[in-house]
Amino acid sequence: MKEEIGILEGRQHQVFEKKSGEEQQFDIACDKTSLSGSVSQRACVFCGSRVVLYPVADAIHIVHGPIGCAAYTWDIRGAVSSGPELHRLSFSTDLQEMDVIYGGEKKLYRSLIELIDQYKPNAAFIYSTCIIGLIGDDIDAVCRKVAQEKGIPVMPVHSEGFKGTKKDGYKAACSALMKLIGTGSTEGISKCSINILGEFNLAGEAWIIREYYEKMGIEVVATMTGDGRIDAIRRSHGVSLNVVQCSGSMTSLAKEMEEKYGIPYIRVSYFGFEDMSKSLYDVAALFPERPEIMEKAREIVRDEIRKYYPEMQKFKGALSGKKAAIYVGGAFKTFSLIKALRTIGMSVVLAGSQTGNKDDYLRLKEMCDEGTVIVDDSNPVELSKFVLEKEADLLIGGVKERPIAFKLGVGFCDHNHERKIPLAGFVGMYNFAKEVYESVMSPVWQFAPRKGGLA
Amino acid sequence: MLLRHTPKEVKEREGLTINPAKTCQPIGAMYAALGIHGCLPHSHGSQGCCSYHRSTLTRHYKEPVMAATSSFTEGASVFGGQANLLQSIETIFAVYDPDIIAVHSTCLSETIGDDLQQITKKASDDGKIPEGKYVIYASTPSFVGSHVTGYANMLTGIAEQFAQSTGEKKDQINIIAGWMEPSDMREIKRLSKELGVKIVLFPDTSDVLDAPQTGKHVFYPKGGTTVEELKSAGDSKCSLALGCISAEPAAIGLDKKCRVPFETVDMPIGLSATDRFIMSLSKAAGVEVPDEITAERGRLIDVMTDMEQYFYGKKVALFGDPDQLIPLTEFLLDLGMKPVHIVSGTPGMRFEKRMKEILQRIPGANFKNGLNADMFLLHQWMKNEPVDLLIGNTYGKYIARDENIPFIRFGFPILDRIGHSYFPNVGYTGSLRLIEKILGVLMDRQDREAPEEKFELVM
Repeated sequence: MKEEIGILEGRQHQVFEKKSGEEQQFDIACDKTSLSGSVSQRACVFCGSRVVLYPVADAIHIVHGPIGCAAYTWDIRGAVSSGPELHRLSFSTDLQEMDVIYGGEKKLYRSLIELIDQYKPNAAFIYSTCIIGLIGDDIDAVCRKVAQEKGIPVMPVHSEGFKGTKKDGYKAACSALMKLIGTGSTEGISKCSINILGEFNLAGEAWIIREYYEKMGIEVVATMTGDGRIDAIRRSHGVSLNVVQCSGSMTSLAKEMEEKYGIPYIRVSYFGFEDMSKSLYDVAALFPERPEIMEKAREIVRDEIRKYYPEMQKFKGALSGKKAAIYVGGAFKTFSLIKALRTIGMSVVLAGSQTGNKDDYLRLKEMCDEGTVIVDDSNPVELSKFVLEKEADLLIGGVKERPIAFKLGVGFCDHNHERKIPLAGFVGMYNFAKEVYESVMSPVWQFAPRKGGLA
Repeated sequence: MLLRHTPKEVKEREGLTINPAKTCQPIGAMYAALGIHGCLPHSHGSQGCCSYHRSTLTRHYKEPVMAATSSFTEGASVFGGQANLLQSIETIFAVYDPDIIAVHSTCLSETIGDDLQQITKKASDDGKIPEGKYVIYASTPSFVGSHVTGYANMLTGIAEQFAQSTGEKKDQINIIAGWMEPSDMREIKRLSKELGVKIVLFPDTSDVLDAPQTGKHVFYPKGGTTVEELKSAGDSKCSLALGCISAEPAAIGLDKKCRVPFETVDMPIGLSATDRFIMSLSKAAGVEVPDEITAERGRLIDVMTDMEQYFYGKKVALFGDPDQLIPLTEFLLDLGMKPVHIVSGTPGMRFEKRMKEILQRIPGANFKNGLNADMFLLHQWMKNEPVDLLIGNTYGKYIARDENIPFIRFGFPILDRIGHSYFPNVGYTGSLRLIEKILGVLMDRQDREAPEEKFELVM
């Protein structure tokens, strides 16, 4: 076997290093499906749909297919609920060979009836997995029938794994949500009201954000989908503004709502002092007739930053000059991460995402320092190579990247769904800095051969 | 709320599985293939499958898990996945350069009708497989069996596609490991060495999924059964398959191909099963059991007897995979405990039969495997007849918390504790560890809940 594994052939255009001097041509190739045979860190359409809808806690989520898809997505995301927790159970039609041959519609129907009778949910989501697309089950028809019989919305989610990328899964999830939106009464909704889109309440983050907006005097009608409730989603078309985080997953929903209901939307990020403040100011600016909202926003920002600033300076003192590598799902997250890392004195030597688009990468290039490597749809070989070459002290990623960081002897921060503490909001920035500090400065590294065993 | 979703009343369910006690075949195939040195598992299906399996194995082992995917697209599902697999084979050898690619199918590629044998043959005919390299395969449709079936299928593929018979028998014995942890495989090797028996152990995930921190990310860690060893398995005197569900099919395959006779024993968990394993191995190799092993056994029995009062009559619920559940149930009975509720999502008549035999010692015990044998059912049983202890994978923690009962993590996956990679459950020493864990949780509870006047210093 080769000592060193290089960049995958055919991937040169998905890797870019920002260099000084001459004008560089930048045409990173993204929005591509992964090369067959790559050890990709990406997932599938089903995964995209599942992560978007999963936090809706008073609905049942049935995975229609063989058992695996339900088993691997059983309560693995820390999307917390303040009430019902139906989303944390695993429901599957567990299709067998005979079902594949004769079709699984009957089984799906029976499963739905059994479940609805048992749990009395406010809605049901039916996810179709790969083979449903092949055996041709008419899940739409089953959903219609059950909805009629049971009197609750039953939404098909067309998330066959092979029908695109994770982004297509987001879209399928958004279409399911669109079917719910507009079916509830908008009576009593304030003129100063918003929906928080693309916030999944990991470790309770949506609660933090919601509290800021409510303090400003803004009514939050629905969070989609963190701590999500069917009734709130159904009446969410009554708001005056959609505030969209995690642009990858929910922008399409915001656009559709704009078209259909004339609700404008803005894109925000709740990560880092800078972006968090901006996301409060941007919302306040859209309600000029109520100047007290902006005033309140300023007050929140002032108070919160004052609260955390001294501690942050301590972290910054210790972390200044340290280097970070970022590889996360959506590119939008990387922008905030770069800014947040700068707040604590760290530079970014590698920035990449699984699903960024061309505009994202252009913006990323503008933000990055010279020498920063930008990657799309990376793999463990590339990640380790750049982490070592660029002498990163920290890797920010998800579940599959964590052990790689630790094997390389560098610190790690989970910025994906396995985060244990809220990273959003002002307190989230403090938590992030603390987590980075604790990982990078841990005494364990003195015993670990670092940087490829060289140091 | 989460914990209050299980009603006591057990109703017949027709379609639905709630909280499965199994997962699908391909992850088992991936795990088995990781136990071969220099092997890159390859998932022939959508990208998500591979990602989910790697994530789950990573959470279980806290180790990087490498595997490639055919990255199916809509086109592949219409025209077949042959082009994707051929492209994959080319890419993988050119870039990741493994010695072996172990391809497993998925529900998608199986339903499309991709024939792995034909495609790998074509890859070979087209010269896409470099000299001295291998592409092996196993059919692992997700809609049949469970993750255990996938493990068995890949293991059979490994045995059948590598083993060669030169006509000259070697003085060695194959040990075909059922689904067990790297620590267990390490312990099997230690015991065999102690007995003085030369073995070929496959698969062998020790030094793969319990690799040391070295400051490097090694794509192909140093462990795993080598191709040379696998080839020589065809010349071994005999095979010992550890587990009738996950290991025996490979032993049968090897016997068919190379005429290596085999014996199936239970995975050596607990006293009786370890006794049978040691006896079978020593008999097959024609060696005496050394004093050191006898002493290990003696230490186990010593603890079993010292602490018998704490085990006797305690009711246990357990769930997991057949080859572990069979000897574990037997061990609990040997300790005087009462395994009253047992489920496994893995189907199989053989398993059912063995369990029924063992459970004859507990009239009225609940046992179910296969379809709808899920953790929801187990929880319902437990609500109707409460137990003192729950044993199973991490997902058992919801039930344990709801019912407020001691819980031991055992099986796959374990997502919230460490130890399974490093400390075995097999052999006399592994059984001792199991006892230690059982006593630990039972006594912790006693200490926590005993009224002050009954709070004991000496136990």
